[in-house]
Amino acid sequence: MSQSSYDVPAKGGFSFDLCKRNDMLIQKGLKSPSFLKTGTTIVGLIFKDGVILGADTRATEGPIVADKNCEKIHYMAPNIYCCGAGTAADTEAVTDMVSSQLRLHRYQTGRDSRVITALTLLKKHLFSYQGHVSAALVLGGVDITGPHLHTIYPHGSTDTLPFATMGSGSLAAMSVFEAKYKEGLTRDEGIKLVAEAICSGIFNDLGSGSNVDICVITKGNKEYLRNYMEPNPRTYVSSNGYSFTKKTEVLRTKITPLMERVEITEVTGEAMEE
Amino acid sequence: MSIFEYNGSAVVAMVGKNCFAIASDRRLGVQLQTIATDFKRISKIHDRVFIGLSGLATDVQTLYQRLVFRHKLYQLREERDMKPETFASLVSAILYEKRFGPYLCQPVIAGLGEDDKPFICTMDSIGAKELAKDFVVSGTASESLYGACEAMYKPDMEAEELFETISQALLSSVDRDCLSGWGGHVYVVTPTEIKERILKGRMD
Repeated sequence: MSQSSYDVPAKGGFSFDLCKRNDMLIQKGLKSPSFLKTGTTIVGLIFKDGVILGADTRATEGPIVADKNCEKIHYMAPNIYCCGAGTAADTEAVTDMVSSQLRLHRYQTGRDSRVITALTLLKKHLFSYQGHVSAALVLGGVDITGPHLHTIYPHGSTDTLPFATMGSGSLAAMSVFEAKYKEGLTRDEGIKLVAEAICSGIFNDLGSGSNVDICVITKGNKEYLRNYMEPNPRTYVSSNGYSFTKKTEVLRTKITPLMERVEITEVTGEAMEE
Repeated sequence: MSIFEYNGSAVVAMVGKNCFAIASDRRLGVQLQTIATDFKRISKIHDRVFIGLSGLATDVQTLYQRLVFRHKLYQLREERDMKPETFASLVSAILYEKRFGPYLCQPVIAGLGEDDKPFICTMDSIGAKELAKDFVVSGTASESLYGACEAMYKPDMEAEELFETISQALLSSVDRDCLSGWGGHVYVVTPTEIKERILKGRMD
């Protein structure tokens, strides 16, 4: 048995104890599991007053749609948001981790976070895992130096761009941007363009689908428009639902009553008398 | 053969009106041979939170023991039970810790949160949380379960109707999967009671 103490929660970071056993199972012919991926179309663009980020909401597990309405725009700081594509657990874990690091940094410095700080923290982490942490991100925000938009690839390389797309639907979305983007867009024009780009990803790419989420970040303000557009509602919903003619047969039933939750109210005023 | 098809499993959870239901099959097999027909996949963490684990049976049991341990520690320190959302974050963190050598199971978590609001979520084997407002599925029969639940589910069902729906969805889905079945195990939890029922299904 290894010396590592099992009875105290680990101090953080990855643990590789089960790798040997999993490799043994793979050698015996069992295939390793597939992870939840966000096939995805994620986009960002810089407009006159700030940054607009957009994402679709489909999460896939192989060819099956696992989640029809997941959230791909992650919070990093009050003025910085990040869209994630790739392995869902990696994008969630990496954005949560950097979000916490940014908060601690804010407490230490007493200043608002800068987008470049988030960028450096993310690229350092991703590069150190050499691409095995499969997270492709579009990071955008507005800080004291102005609006910024970056893309980060799983191996740790970054780009700074006025408009960006990532994910399996990136080509569909990029075609919309290349045709219609211009500098100095107003807020409404920007939102319309982002929604159009995501829709082109939703309708043309099989890995993206469902609804459009949009996040608008300006100096001192942010608006998270969850499900801004729902271009794929369920068409034929039966109102009466299913009625089962043959009921399920039950072998045994066990009922455990739950204890009433006791509320303790303080009786004020009367002190205990000696 | 995939690692998840070694033992075979089916777990589903559904949300009702101030209640939830979580159900699983009962087969434990070694590839195509059935070893047990009363394998427990759903476990109680505390009165209002249940976790169902599908996938490799050894990891199901180990992960369950680790989670119960962590919850007991939490109870000692905080002097209260964990909320289902907090528990889901704990499971996600424990699974992600093993990102490059994962536990080969997929949990389904169901619980009653504040104000008796039902909460369900599922995760892949490395902890990617997937919250849902209607139903979540996991296991070898997951594709059939997705179809059955999409068709049979409707929102705001009462406990008895929810039980009927989840049982019919589970039994019809495992009938189309060789590796799961041999009966069903359903828990329906309302704020006042936990009803645990064993279902009679096809034994093939």
